[in-house]
Parts: sequence; structure tokens; C-alpha cells
Amino acid sequence: MNLKLIISIAKSLLLARWKQTLVAAIGVTFSITMFITLLGFMTGLNDLLDGLILNRTPHIRLYNEIKPNKNQPVNLAAEYKNGYNFIQSVKSGNARQEIYNSESIMETLQKDSRIAGLSPKIISQIFFNNGTIDITGVVNGIDAVEESRLFHFNEYVTTGNAADISKVPNSIILGKGLAEKMLADIGDVVQLTTTKGERFPLKVVGYFQSGLQDFDKVQSFATIATVQKLMGKPASYITDIQVKLKDIQQAPAVAKEFANIFETDAEDIQTANAQFETGSFIRTLISYAVGITLLVVAGFGIYNILNMMIYEKMDSIAILKATGFAGKDVKRIFLAIAISIGFFGGLAGLLFGFGLSAFIDQIPFNTAALPTIKTYPINYNPVFYLIGAVFSLITTYFAGWFPSRKASKADPVIIIRGK
Amino acid sequence: MSEKILEAKNINKYFHDPVTVKVLTDINFSVNKGDFVAVTGKSGCGKSTLLYILSTMDTDYEGELLIDGETMRQKKEAQLARVRNEKIGFVFQFHYLLNEFNVLKNVMLPGLKLNKYPAKEVEHRAMEKLKMLGIEKLALKNAAQVSGGEKQRVAIARALINDPHIIMGDEPTGNLDKKNSEIVFDIFKQLAEEFQQTLLIVTHDQGFAEKTHRIIEMEDGRIIR
Repeated sequence: MNLKLIISIAKSLLLARWKQTLVAAIGVTFSITMFITLLGFMTGLNDLLDGLILNRTPHIRLYNEIKPNKNQPVNLAAEYKNGYNFIQSVKSGNARQEIYNSESIMETLQKDSRIAGLSPKIISQIFFNNGTIDITGVVNGIDAVEESRLFHFNEYVTTGNAADISKVPNSIILGKGLAEKMLADIGDVVQLTTTKGERFPLKVVGYFQSGLQDFDKVQSFATIATVQKLMGKPASYITDIQVKLKDIQQAPAVAKEFANIFETDAEDIQTANAQFETGSFIRTLISYAVGITLLVVAGFGIYNILNMMIYEKMDSIAILKATGFAGKDVKRIFLAIAISIGFFGGLAGLLFGFGLSAFIDQIPFNTAALPTIKTYPINYNPVFYLIGAVFSLITTYFAGWFPSRKASKADPVIIIRGK
Repeated sequence: MSEKILEAKNINKYFHDPVTVKVLTDINFSVNKGDFVAVTGKSGCGKSTLLYILSTMDTDYEGELLIDGETMRQKKEAQLARVRNEKIGFVFQFHYLLNEFNVLKNVMLPGLKLNKYPAKEVEHRAMEKLKMLGIEKLALKNAAQVSGGEKQRVAIARALINDPHIIMGDEPTGNLDKKNSEIVFDIFKQLAEEFQQTLLIVTHDQGFAEKTHRIIEMEDGRIIR
């Protein structure tokens, strides 16, 4: 019904009070700008912090935990089947950390369509001999190529090259903290002692810096073959299989399935890093809360300005009604005013928000803890822009709704009589 | 000439605030097509109140109001707005032009709202009305920039835009000087005599009333003549 007329009247009323309108629109623009920037920055930061752990963590890790056997012999014996057996002083069995049949497990996994990739790993405790003291550490035997492809290993090798461990025989990449403790430069040879007591010299080819200090003080990386040699194990010896899925959300279900099929322990990323999800969730929640608060405040601004405008325009409302505009039409006129403030203010807000995000994205941000980061992280997820746009329209609609209703209910007789 | 445009039957009206007071008692009268009627009476006798009831803007009354043979009692707010738009033209004591628009747009607004003709046609008709009232040169001026007498003439043009059955005036000359009052009166007279426009004008100006075709005089909420 005659929308064009209503919009043209709304436009004229708006332009007649363009300063007030501008103030209202700036309120919306400001809040949307901050909403976009805040969410972009917060999410960028979240992604960064999550990436710190989650990018490098396999979605599913297959391994053997050292733990007491669930099926104790007494429970298997037929004559004690009906009783409830109390067993005391149960010890962990002579479990091997090796994954049995690792080659055929990997072969099966390779064929699974849900899997993006996998990389085998050996984790072993060792001592670094540094003069008279021994420093406890962990050596990870990895496939440098796959590890880089799936878990961004190369990004964290700050000095040297990840691939060097496969090229240089008997070589090792040390955690930065560990290297500093031992004053080991690139090209130096460090002495390792295995838990079995055997000594090995390995050549340092790079430093590894994850951003987690404690991690960097104990970890070191070598090829699988090197670690197998260290431990005196055959070529099939693997302690971990790290799996990356195509869809991270499937991890818990798939982990359970693999644990059953392969008779190993399987840990999914959600269980292993629950605290990161919680942290991200809370931070996102706070950003949304602040953003929406800003919008609501802007909404009150619009409410005020519309209320004022309606008081000012009572005469006009009366005459519109007297000449045949129904209450509904008057309401639409003021709603159109509110929504156009929301629309244009919001649009400007989205642009400014993008601009401000892009600006923050250029600010240098160097910290020793985060070697791969050069500028402040920003996430440009279009969903934020969509939410911002929708919310600017919704808040202005509601901010306009009450004043508009008041205008629509205004009694022309009272206004005209009042003169 | 006996076609009834407007008919009031037993209209009673009370004000309830702060105490219930009866302001209109048993108003019975009708206006025929082409009538030029003045409603007069002293201040506070209820003549404006009556006009607002007749104009359908005030719905809080007892009795029956017929416009064009149709009862207004059961109509909803939007339907009454439609009746006002289509069948009634208003001229108030104070000009009540919308200052956000130019003179031409002010005249066009009720026509655009009626949506009977396309915008171009409404504009053409508005120009004709302005020409008829001799103010076509003001068409593109802002409503705030024209003088009081001219504003009232613009308001008359606006009242005419939808060819209403009846034009209602609430002290249309009350705020004008003698010269402008005469111009406005002459326009009304011309409308009544040349175009058979029905007019119902509330005024306390006896001189004005006496020049009309029919006078309804009110006192204390009743019609006495």
C-alpha cells in the first residue's frame, strides 16, 4: 500500500532534521564499527591462541596408555564368574607403549575417506648430557614432511629448516628453551642418554619455538629412524599415530570407533583440549555481549531522537491524520525513519568496521612467544558482518516501534484543539 | 439539490475529564449538496467539538453520523481515515501545512494518499487548484516561506485536491487580517456558487456567518437556530 509515498514523507522528515538524524546514525555507525572490530579482533586472537595448540594437535591420537589391565585373570576364570571379585594391589601390566601392528593400522587408516592425513610418531624420554648435569627431555621421532603438512611443524622451526632432520643423518631440532639451557648452537653436537642408558651424539640442525615456554624447554625432534636407532627398536616401532580428520567435529565419535577396531587408546582433540574451547567460547561471548550492548545503547539514542521528533511533529501528524492518513500510515512513516537510520548507520558501520579491522591488521605485533605472528590477528568472518547488519536493523526497528506507536495513537482532535 | 451529504442524528457528547460534563445535546441537522453552512455561537458552546465529531476524527460520541448516507459508527480507524481522505476536505484556523514540503507537495499529499490517480496526474490537478486560487506562482516555494493568507489558500487547495463531498472549516479566517479574511471568504463563496461545493464552516465571526447561505447557531451544546 502506497509505500513510495510513505518513504518519501519519511525522507522529507528525516532531511528536515538532518543534524539529529546524523547524530542518531553516527550512534549506530559507531556501535556497528566497534561490534565488527571487536569481534574480528577477538576472534582473530582466539584463532591464534587456539592455533597455538589445536593446529599442532592431532584430531585423534592413537597410542597405548600404561595402565592396569581391565580383564584380570580372576574375572576370566569360570568358577568365579558369578561372584564379585575384589582384587588388591593391581599393578600396571608389562604393557608396551608400542602400537601393535602399526603398519597395517596405518594402511587401513590411509583408506578411510574421513581422514585428511596421518603421521606416525615415537615419543621417548631421554636425558641431554650437558657437562656434569643431565637435563630431562623428550625426543619426538617424526616424519618431517607429513608433520609439516598436517600440523604446521615447519612454521615453528624458527632457525634452520624442518626438512633438515631427514637430510642430515643423526640430527636433531631442539626446543629454543632447551637449546638456551645447553648453549647449543646450530651445527653443535649434543649428547643424549636413553632411558636404557645408551649414549648418542646428535647434531643440532634447528631450533623449534612453539610459543609455550614449558614445552620448548623439554621438547626436541628427530626423524623416526633416528629415534628407533636411539632406542634400539625395529623399523615398525611406533608409539603414536596422529590422525587429522577432514571434519574436526567428528573426532570424538571416530576416536571411539578406532579405539574399538585397533584395540588401542584413542584420544580426540575435544577431550584433550577442552579448556581451549571453553576459553574461546567465553571470549566470543564477551565480545558479543559488548557489541550488542553498544547496539542497544545506540537503540536508545534512536528512541530518544524519534520521540523528540514526534513531539516536534505533532502538528504534522495531526494534519496527516486529518487529511486521511490512518494511524497505520503514520506508524509506518516513523518506522521507515527509524529503519533508514539503522540501515544507513549500519552500512557505514560495516564499512568503518572493516576499515578499522584492516588498520589493526597492519599494526606490527612481535612477541617472542608467537614466532609466526607479525601483526595483530584479525578475523574477517562475513558472519560478523551479517550479524551486525541484521542487528542494526532489528534494534532500530524496536527503537522506532514505541515512538511510532505513540505517533500512530496521537489524537488529532486534541492536537488541533490545543492550539 | 436535496441530496444529503451529511446528517447528524441525536448526537450527544460528554467530556469526562475531570468531571463528566455534557457538551453536546441532541444535535440533529443535515447538510445538503451545495449548501454553504456556517456554524456560529459563542466560545465554548461546543461548535468545534461538533465539527470534530462530524469530521470523524472524534469517535467518542452517542448518536448517529451519516456521511454520504453511510453510517460512521461501526467504521474502524483506518476506514474513517479513508473517508476523511476521500470525502472531506479540511481548513483549520492555523494553516497546518507541513513545513518539510513545498507548497505543491503539500497540496498533493492527500491526493497521493488516495492513490486514485498517478502522481503526474495528481501534480497536474494540484497545479490547477493552485491556479484557481491564484497562487500557482507559490507552487515551488517552501511552505514556511509563504505568508499567512497564502498559507490558508494553500490549505484550501489541499482540501480540494480529492474533490471532496464537503469542506469543513474550523475558524478558517480566525487567524487572518480583514483583507485576507475577505479573500478566503470570497474563495468559499466562489466554490459554493460556481462549483456547488458543499461547505460547513465553524466561525464566531458574525459578519462572515451572515454572508453564508445558512446559519446554524449554537448555545450551550444545543442548536438554537
